[in-house]
Amino acid sequence: MYRIVHKETVAPQVDAMIVDAPYIARHHQAGNFVVLRIHEKGERIPLTIADSDKKEGTITLLFQKIGKTTEELGTLKAGQSIMDIAGPLGHATPIEIYGHCVLVGGGIGSATLFPILRALKARKNKITVILGARTQDLLVWEDRFREYADTVLLTTDDGSSGRKGLVTEALKEVLDSAKVKIVIAVGPIRMMQAVSEQTRPYKVRTLVSLNPVMVEGTGMCGACRVSVSGKTRFACIEGPEFDGHEVDFQELASRLGFYRSEEAQAMEAFRKKCKGKCRSKGVK
Amino acid sequence: MRARDPKIRSTDFKEVALGLTEKQAVKEARRCLQCKKPKCVAGCPVEIDIPAFISYLRDTDFSGSLRVLRKYNMLPAVCGRVCPQENQCQGSCVLQRKGSPIAIGALERFVADYEMKKGITEKAEREKPNGHRVAVIGSGPAGLTAAADLAKFGYEVTIFEALHEAGGVLVYGIPEFRLPKKIIQREIEFVKSLGVTITLNWVVGRTQTVEELFSEGYESIFIGVGAGTPQYMNIPGANLNNVYFASEFLTRVNLMKADQFPKYDTPVKKAKKVAVIGGGNVAMDAARTAQRLGAKKVYIVYRRSEAEMPARLEEIEHAQEEGIKFEFLTSPKEILGDERGYVKGLRCDRMVLCEPDASGRRRPECSGEDFVLHVDQVIMAIGQTSNPILVKSVKGLDLWGAGYIVTDNEGRTNLPGIFAGGDISTGAATVISAMGAGKRAARSIHEYIMDTSSRTSPQKALSKR
Ligand SMILES: Cc1cc2nc3c(=O)[nH]c(=O)nc-3n(C[C@H](O)[C@H](O)[C@H](O)COP(=O)(O)OP(=O)(O)OC[C@H]3O[C@@H](n4cnc5c(N)ncnc54)[C@H](O)[C@@H]3O)c2cc1C
Ligand SMILES: Cc1cc2nc3c(=O)[nH]c(=O)nc-3n(C[C@H](O)[C@H](O)[C@H](O)COP(=O)(O)OP(=O)(O)OC[C@H]3O[C@@H](n4cnc5c(N)ncnc54)[C@H](O)[C@@H]3O)c2cc1C
Ligand code: SF4
Ligand code: FES
Repeated sequence: MYRIVHKETVAPQVDAMIVDAPYIARHHQAGNFVVLRIHEKGERIPLTIADSDKKEGTITLLFQKIGKTTEELGTLKAGQSIMDIAGPLGHATPIEIYGHCVLVGGGIGSATLFPILRALKARKNKITVILGARTQDLLVWEDRFREYADTVLLTTDDGSSGRKGLVTEALKEVLDSAKVKIVIAVGPIRMMQAVSEQTRPYKVRTLVSLNPVMVEGTGMCGACRVSVSGKTRFACIEGPEFDGHEVDFQELASRLGFYRSEEAQAMEAFRKKCKGKCRSKGVK
Repeated sequence: MRARDPKIRSTDFKEVALGLTEKQAVKEARRCLQCKKPKCVAGCPVEIDIPAFISYLRDTDFSGSLRVLRKYNMLPAVCGRVCPQENQCQGSCVLQRKGSPIAIGALERFVADYEMKKGITEKAEREKPNGHRVAVIGSGPAGLTAAADLAKFGYEVTIFEALHEAGGVLVYGIPEFRLPKKIIQREIEFVKSLGVTITLNWVVGRTQTVEELFSEGYESIFIGVGAGTPQYMNIPGANLNNVYFASEFLTRVNLMKADQFPKYDTPVKKAKKVAVIGGGNVAMDAARTAQRLGAKKVYIVYRRSEAEMPARLEEIEHAQEEGIKFEFLTSPKEILGDERGYVKGLRCDRMVLCEPDASGRRRPECSGEDFVLHVDQVIMAIGQTSNPILVKSVKGLDLWGAGYIVTDNEGRTNLPGIFAGGDISTGAATVISAMGAGKRAARSIHEYIMDTSSRTSPQKALSKR
């Protein structure tokens, strides 16, 4: 049983949650995720650890409400509990002294870059952060990024904040003007693919954090398999970060859509059950 | 053994085999010759005193019979259902020569179930607490057995389990229709009644390291993490939509209850025509599960011939009765997909068996002919291998093969205080062998902790490395 200490809405359809999980907090490294199950009938879903407080023994999760489970998670309040949380899972992001690093975040993915940013800064790297979103409201944690990054560039599709356009355009300018050693991208598949294509001609090492469907998240099922350099890899134990220049993004996108009709069905059933006033009891 | 009507049972998840009636069991027991040098015992991986338990059964002393069984076997209700008896006790019984060996498995199951039906709860006997603590990693048959025996010796035992439910393969792999979950629940309650604590959602190596367990005061550690990582089949199309590993398919249904979606949140794809690749228990379980989810046609695609199939005889028979179609001497070479990336067929080579090689095995060879099975789902059940999370986290641990832990027969690893057993040391094997390994390791751990004089502190040993 994992108690929710704090819960807030950080952007439309995006919630942040601080949860008591002392052992996970103690071992959390940038890039790790957890798998959680809200209650006995729930699905196991992976969420990146967006922050941790080793002293308080808590972890922060940031999630976009896009389906049944995230929607239900969003109905939980501080004081309630999540039944199961396992972690920290997945390899940590390789944190080294690189020189100039560029972190590219798209939408909600941005927030999960935060621990990576902090860890890279602790090793005295020079860091440019490029955050992209559809519109200003969806840019989360900008202030936190400004605290650690040397430069923060914002882009929005509608120009409501920062420059109008895509992250790749901002990225190209950085690549043209500076000697970038590594690019790390987290966000929607299309954005990670575009970032990888952008860096390819520059031969800059590019890590992308993949988000395939997972079941247990400990290497026992193979649901999370992705193709990298033509080889099949299990994202939960060999990833979730891989070389963006080698990932088969098309296969990943296709596999992510596999359960679309069931997901819609689950959402429909959930909405009907709670008649617009969705409140999960969670677990006592 | 009696079984439910194949037409009905293949549409639900209720147990298939019905077990013996009291009359049948006693009658079968009375057929036993009570051999002086019982061959059946020699065939049993944990050497249960089979004639003794049968002899109580002849006299209708069921609790006496259970006492004998329990002395050797922590999980008789489980083993009576899932052991490959035809290769073990039953296969070795002297009456096998006449073609009618004693149905030892069915008798074992009868005795264990009798206890459950009558609601007799075994009194958990244990020595006085001795103040020593042991950690057990993994709650499959190996871990549960080691924990129970150690608790009986007086240890304070904690089991750490990565998943949200205890039981290992017994809960996430073997389906309900073969091994009802309430049986495992009961065994787990028994283990808890011995004072064992089970901590779930605890991925040792990640949530906590083995070194940390030692520094928290556990004096010894038993590793029973199984061999749960599915083996990948490197053929074109293996990542198409609707290609499952049996592990995922079975986990969705057994652990996550996807057959009850949307009452439970986890979905599983139901298909019309399914090909399952493999010939072991896992393949049989996946095929029969697919059928129960509503598939109209299910094929088992196996490279060798029927005689080489490693699955339990009873499962093969049950699968055949239920209408699963077997394609022997058939080797898949490509999964065909449609333009949306979904499975539409499985291209296979027809194989022929060549002459026996030096080891006497007849290897299958391509005949040069191929054909396509028109299916919309493919399930790969070609084996499991070691999971790297824990083994890679323990520095200096001796491994063999694909990452299995090297142990001696008593479960000792090369590191002081660390013991291991079950699938993680043997490679994918059986419930009974995992249980036996847990039992032997519990004894070694007991010796190790009691033998304080020869003991180097594990912390010291670890920090030396
Ligand atoms: C390593 C990893 C880290 C992630 N971190 C975050 C995060 O920090 N914040 C966040 O908002 N999201 C994160 N995700 C995605 C998140 O897991 C999915 O959004 C969530 O599972 C959706 O569940 P749902 O029931 O609400 O939606 P559904 O309606 O079930 O699914 C919506 C979409 O989410 C994806 N999805 C569904 N089930 C799963 C599953 N079991 N595992 C993975 N993806 C699934 C599919 O693409 C699907 O189309 C992460 C995914 C991975 C693999
Ligand atoms: C579908 C299927 C059908 C089978 N049918 C039969 C049969 O009919 N008869 C038979 O005799 N055998 C059968 N087997 C084989 C048998 O189930 C295994 O040999 C046996 O379960 C091995 O026991 P174990 O205790 O070594 O490991 P497991 O049962 O695999 O249990 C290991 C446990 O450790 C946990 N774990 C793993 N890593 C960690 C970690 N880092 N930290 C904490 N916990 C961890 C796992 O989650 C799991 O619960 C079958 C196997 C499968 C998959
Ligand atoms: S070998 Fe067969 S007949 Fe002999 S004791 Fe064992 S079960 Fe009975
Ligand atoms: S989620 Fe099951 S193997 Fe990765």
